[in-house]
Amino acid sequence: MTRSKHPSPKQETQAPAFQKKPFQLKHLLGIEGLSPQDITFLLDRADEMVAISRQTEKKRHLLSGRTQINLFFENSTRTQSSFEIAGKRLGMDVVNMDVQTSSVKKGETLMDTALTLNAMQPDLLVVRHHAAGAAELLAQKMGCSVINAGDGAHEHPTQALLDALTIRRQKGQIEGLTVAVCGDIAHSRVARSNIHLLNAMGAQVRVIAPSTLLPSGIEDLGVTAYRSMEKGLPGCDVIMMLRLQVERMAGAFVPSFREYYRFFGLNAARVALANDDAIVMHPAPMNRGVEIASDIADGVQSVIFEQVEMGVAVRMAVMESLQIPAEEIFA
Amino acid sequence: MKGFARTKRPRQRLFVNARLIDPSTNQDMIGDLLVEKGKIVRTGKDLPRDNLRQKTKIIDCRGKVLSPGLVDARVFIGEPGGEHRETIKSAGKAAAAGGVTTMIMMPDTTPVIDDVALVEFVRQTANEKSRVRVKPTAALSRGLSGTEMTEFGLLKDAGAVAFTDGRKTVSSAMMMRRALTYAGDFDGLIMAATRDESLGSGVMNAGLNATRMGLTGIPREAEIIPLERDLRLVNMTGGRYHASTLSTSDSVDAVAVAKDKGLDVSAGVAVANLALNDNDIGSYRTFFRVSPPLRGEDDRRAMIEGVRNGTLDLICSNHDPQDVDTKRHPFAEAADGAVGLETLLAASLRLYHSNDVPLMRVLHCLSTAPARRLGIEGGSLEPGSPADLILFDPDEPWVLSEDELHSRSKNTPFESGRFQGRVLKTFVGGRTVFSRKS
Repeated sequence: MTRSKHPSPKQETQAPAFQKKPFQLKHLLGIEGLSPQDITFLLDRADEMVAISRQTEKKRHLLSGRTQINLFFENSTRTQSSFEIAGKRLGMDVVNMDVQTSSVKKGETLMDTALTLNAMQPDLLVVRHHAAGAAELLAQKMGCSVINAGDGAHEHPTQALLDALTIRRQKGQIEGLTVAVCGDIAHSRVARSNIHLLNAMGAQVRVIAPSTLLPSGIEDLGVTAYRSMEKGLPGCDVIMMLRLQVERMAGAFVPSFREYYRFFGLNAARVALANDDAIVMHPAPMNRGVEIASDIADGVQSVIFEQVEMGVAVRMAVMESLQIPAEEIFA
Repeated sequence: MKGFARTKRPRQRLFVNARLIDPSTNQDMIGDLLVEKGKIVRTGKDLPRDNLRQKTKIIDCRGKVLSPGLVDARVFIGEPGGEHRETIKSAGKAAAAGGVTTMIMMPDTTPVIDDVALVEFVRQTANEKSRVRVKPTAALSRGLSGTEMTEFGLLKDAGAVAFTDGRKTVSSAMMMRRALTYAGDFDGLIMAATRDESLGSGVMNAGLNATRMGLTGIPREAEIIPLERDLRLVNMTGGRYHASTLSTSDSVDAVAVAKDKGLDVSAGVAVANLALNDNDIGSYRTFFRVSPPLRGEDDRRAMIEGVRNGTLDLICSNHDPQDVDTKRHPFAEAADGAVGLETLLAASLRLYHSNDVPLMRVLHCLSTAPARRLGIEGGSLEPGSPADLILFDPDEPWVLSEDELHSRSKNTPFESGRFQGRVLKTFVGGRTVFSRKS
C-alpha cells in the first residue's frame, strides 16, 4: 500500500492520520464501498474537467491511443453520448456497440459477449444492462476497466457522482445537507447510488414515495422514509426527483398518472415547503406533468441542465482515475 | 470410475467394530452387523464368527459410524430431456459418493413423468445404470399444467412413491383439493413446494440484501400463503400431504398447528436453508440462487429449531443440477437450483457440530423419516431391512473442491466449503457402491 505523495487539495485540510491511499480502483461498479476520500478525489478531479470542458479547445491526450467500448443493452442516447464525449475529450477511440442489431439479439449470452469484446483488447468498457449485477459479472471476465452505466435496479454510480458534483458546486459541501429523493425508489438504481454516496458524505437522506414504490428494508440503508411530499419536503436543501417509468404507472404500482401527479408530483407549492434556497434535480429524461411540473423544471431553483454538464466532467474524471494511477495524475 | 469399487455381492458380510447408529430404534452402540443376501440379518455386540460361511467378508469399521443410507426426498435429475445437466447414472454416482442410497426423483423432466410408461422408463434406467436406488415420483397434474390430474392409481401401481408438481406450485385451490381427495383413495402422498407464482416472482429473499442489490424480493408470505391454503385443504379432505421445502419460521409454525390438529402432514427442509442465509449470495453469486430462496438468519435459526423439535420431519438435498448455460447469467436471469447430493450429509452434520441438533436426530431426518413417510424400505438397521448402509467419520474435516464432484453439473453453493464429517463407504443391498480412496 503506497501512500499518496500528492494528496488532493481537499485532503490537505484533513488530519494527517486520515491521509488515504490514493484512489486505486480498477472498475467503477457501484458507489457502495467507496470511501469518502475516493468520492472526494473523483469530485475534485471532475471540477478540473469542468474547466477543461468549458474551453474552446477541449481535447486532452491523457488517454490517447486507448480504446473505449460503450455497450448499452438498454437504450439511453443521452448517457451513451455523455460517456462518448467524455472518452473523446480524453483522447480515446470510442466505439459504440449497437446491441439492438448485434448478435446479442441472436441469443448470445452476456458472458460470450464479454469474452468476444475482451478479445478486442479494449482499455475501458462502459456497460448498461437491464439486470442487476451484470456489470460485476462482466468485470470478472474482462481484462480491462469496467464502468457501470446502470445495471437493473442496482447502481448507477456516475449519476450519483454527477449529482454530488452538482450539489457540491451549488452548496459548497455535501456534509450536513438534507436531501430528499422522491419517486420510484424501488426500481431506481439512481436512488440506490445516491443513497450510498450521500450517506458516505454525511448528508441526511430522505426518501419520499408511495409505499408500493418503497422496497422492503429501505430504511436500513440509512434513510428516513416518507409517504407524503408534504411531510418529507420541509427542511430539505436538495429535492432530487426520479423518473417514473410509464409502464409502472398503469395500475401495477400506482393507479394512474393523474393520481401520482396529484400526490407525488413536484409543483411550486411543494417546492416552497423546502428551504428557500433548495435546489431541484432530476436525472432526466423528465416526464413533465407526471413527476415534475414544467415551470419547476425550468425554474430558477432547477439545476437539471447543470447536471447534464457535470455528467460529462464526472465521467472524464472517472475514466482518468481508472486508467491512470493517482500518483501520476498529480505528477 | 475413480473412487468407486463395484464388486460382486458376497453372500455374507460382517461389519465389525462399528459405531452402529440406528435412528429407527434410537440405538447408538459399538457392535457388529451381519448382512446376508442384501439384507441386514443381525446386529449386536461381538456377533459369533464361528458359524460364518467361508467366503464371508469381514469389514473392520474401526469405530466409525455405520448407519442406514440416506434417503433423499427431493432430487431433480436431467434424464430424460436434460442429460447434459445430469443423467440417472451420474446422479447415482454423486448419490453414492454422498451416502445417499435412495433418491426420490422429481417428475420435472422432459417429457414430464406423468404417465405409467415414464415411471417404468425411470425404474428400468435406474436398475441398469444407477448405483443407488431411484424411486420416481409422478407429476400431480399432466405436464405439470396444474389443471388435469394424472392417473394416481396406475402410477402408484407402476412404482411412483408420491405425487408432486416438483418445482411448480399448484396454483388452483380446486385442483389441490381434488388431488388430495382422490389420492387419499390410493393412500397416495401429495408432495408440494409452496411458492405463490405472482407474489413469489422475485429472485431472492425479500429484505435489505435484495433492496441493496436491486433485485426483486420473494417475500416470506409467498411460501406461507399457499402452504396455509394447502393445510386447510388437508383438513377438509383428510389427504396425506408433505410440504417439501420450507424456509420460514411462520411455515414451521403453520405445520406445527396442523400436526397438533392431527392432520396427516409432514414437512421437509432443504439443507441449503439450514446451512446458508441470504448474506451468502455476496456479489450476485448465482450458485446461491435456489428455491426456496436462502432466507435471513432468523429464519435459518427457526428451521434448525424445527428440525431439532421434530416439527420438520426430514432434510433433503433439493439437488438441482444446472449447467453454465442456465447459471452463467446475471443473477436475475439465472436459473434456480444447486447440486446437493454429495454435500447432504456433511452440510447436515453442521447442525450436529454446532451443538444445535443431536447426531441421532440429524440421521433420523436423513434416513428413517423420509423412508417411513414415503413408505419405502430402508432407513433402519433392524433385521430384515435392506443393507443400504453408510460408513462415515462424523469428525473428519475436509474442504469441498468442485473438481471432486461426481455430479455432471458443478453448481454447488459449497465450493471451498469447510465440512466436518465425510462418507467413507456406501453400500446398497450389501454391495459396495462407493469407497473413498484414502
